[in-house]
Amino acid sequence: MSERITVSKGVLEPAWVRVALLTVALGFLTLFLFVPLVAVFAEAFKKGWEAYVAAITDPDAVSAIKLTLIAAGISVPLNLVFGVSAAWAIAKFEFRGKSLLLTLIDLPFSVSPVISGLIYVLMFGAQGWIGPWLQEHDIKILFAVPGIVLATVFITFPFVARELIPLMQAQGNEEEEAALVLGASGWNTFLRVTLPNIKWGLLYGVILCNARAMGEFGAVSVVSGHIRGETNTMPLQVEILYNEYNFAAAFAVASLLALLALVTLAIKSIIEWRLHQADPVDAEARNMEHAS
Amino acid sequence: MNYPPAKRAPPYRVMPGFGLSLGFTIFYLALIVLIPLSAVFLKTFTMTWEAFWAAVTSERVMASYRLSFGASLIAASINVVFGGIVAWVLVRYQFPGKRIIDALVDLPFALPTAVAGITLTALYSTNGWIGRYLDSAFGFKVAFTPVGVVVALTFIGLPFVVRTVQPVLEDAERELEEAAASLGATSLQTFTRIIFPTIMPAMLTGFALAFARATGEYGSVIFIAGNMPMVSEITPLFIITKLEQYDYAGATAIACVMLVTSFILLLTINLLQAWTRKRSGK
Repeated sequence: MSERITVSKGVLEPAWVRVALLTVALGFLTLFLFVPLVAVFAEAFKKGWEAYVAAITDPDAVSAIKLTLIAAGISVPLNLVFGVSAAWAIAKFEFRGKSLLLTLIDLPFSVSPVISGLIYVLMFGAQGWIGPWLQEHDIKILFAVPGIVLATVFITFPFVARELIPLMQAQGNEEEEAALVLGASGWNTFLRVTLPNIKWGLLYGVILCNARAMGEFGAVSVVSGHIRGETNTMPLQVEILYNEYNFAAAFAVASLLALLALVTLAIKSIIEWRLHQADPVDAEARNMEHAS
Repeated sequence: MNYPPAKRAPPYRVMPGFGLSLGFTIFYLALIVLIPLSAVFLKTFTMTWEAFWAAVTSERVMASYRLSFGASLIAASINVVFGGIVAWVLVRYQFPGKRIIDALVDLPFALPTAVAGITLTALYSTNGWIGRYLDSAFGFKVAFTPVGVVVALTFIGLPFVVRTVQPVLEDAERELEEAAASLGATSLQTFTRIIFPTIMPAMLTGFALAFARATGEYGSVIFIAGNMPMVSEITPLFIITKLEQYDYAGATAIACVMLVTSFILLLTINLLQAWTRKRSGK
């Protein structure tokens, strides 16, 4: 990123300041990032490889892994379709209330995970809006898989949309308009013109969405009911094992999630690098959007 | 099909799918976000004012506000200072492993909060890698105290300041610093008069984002906090406690207070971001 900056001697701070700042920055990151990251894997393998394998092939752990994959497998595609649709409407057209719509799309990010779970308890719980009706018809949403999926969808709602909106806004409408004027159908234009232009941004949003979907704890914890082997996702399984003082097993499952986080960061960096190569200005604007 | 008012109509007449995409967007937004969120306010309206006030100002919940907001404030402040330095180092200096370190800054976004929680607890408990030395050298305990809450919230908020300050520093005009230096300014003067005013709005934005995230954080905190009522019980945990006692109204009332707080924070953050963009000329 900083290769573009040419450093002239006039503005360079004294050497001791540079060394001190570097030391402080790396010390802080070591203490808060690198040591915890190493610790996850160290704790996971504390009792050896066999204990590790036993912990992650335990039937309860396997069922937690399956449920996590199901929850992510439903919520990511749903929010992908929503993200593309919202980005199309917001980036390609002008209409009143657009900034309000943008704020509303961001809402799930500013709501505490616990409240994200609570809202579904208020809707589907025994004392909730449609809880009694659900009970009459013997439909289980809360403390069952549908509740977990709903909470995950809520938590990961903005990810794809907020990656795509600034990207599509920056790209403008010219290419699509050209295709349409030449007689392409709307659907064809989207598939052949828009989609290739946004594919990296889309992938970026999807992997961030997926990481959050698989790792969400607070919201899922409220709606799950913690039934072992049935409504436990991986993060909830980590909590249960940890609270049973089964630390090695807890960290074994946790290490899978940490691995997922590392893979996510690696893919994310590769995409950022590609976008940066394609158009440095765009990539930076997007970086800033992302940080917000 | 619906078209927006004629203002800028001509270029858009060509583009299809406005009604479909906006219609689906609003429908999905209402179904997943707006209707469920409104449940919190509607449930709160079923309470009498006295019951609501009693629920949101009880002694135990007041203690949880003090902890949640106090620890979030401290953690966000730590992140402003160190996150600012990290952003500076990442933008201005060259050192081995820089790209990997840059990528790892986002780890707290990507690492599930429960994993962060149990790991920090293991590190800072009295027989952990770090807690052991703090305990034997200073008799200082981190895990299962409010200090542990600050540690977890610092971890969670780490990327925000770095990622808001970094792009602003990258775009900063170094010519200004060179001009200042050539006119005889010391590097301290250059920093306080030129660099700091440039990155200040971004730092404030990062601070607000880290603070907002920290106030609602749950997963990483509950393991390290010890969760003693009145001492180390955060507000989100208190909501869960109320739910487990089937006090739905009480839980919802506190949730309502937290929601209003986060809406105010969201508004502040939007204003700060507008200011940042104006300052950095975007």
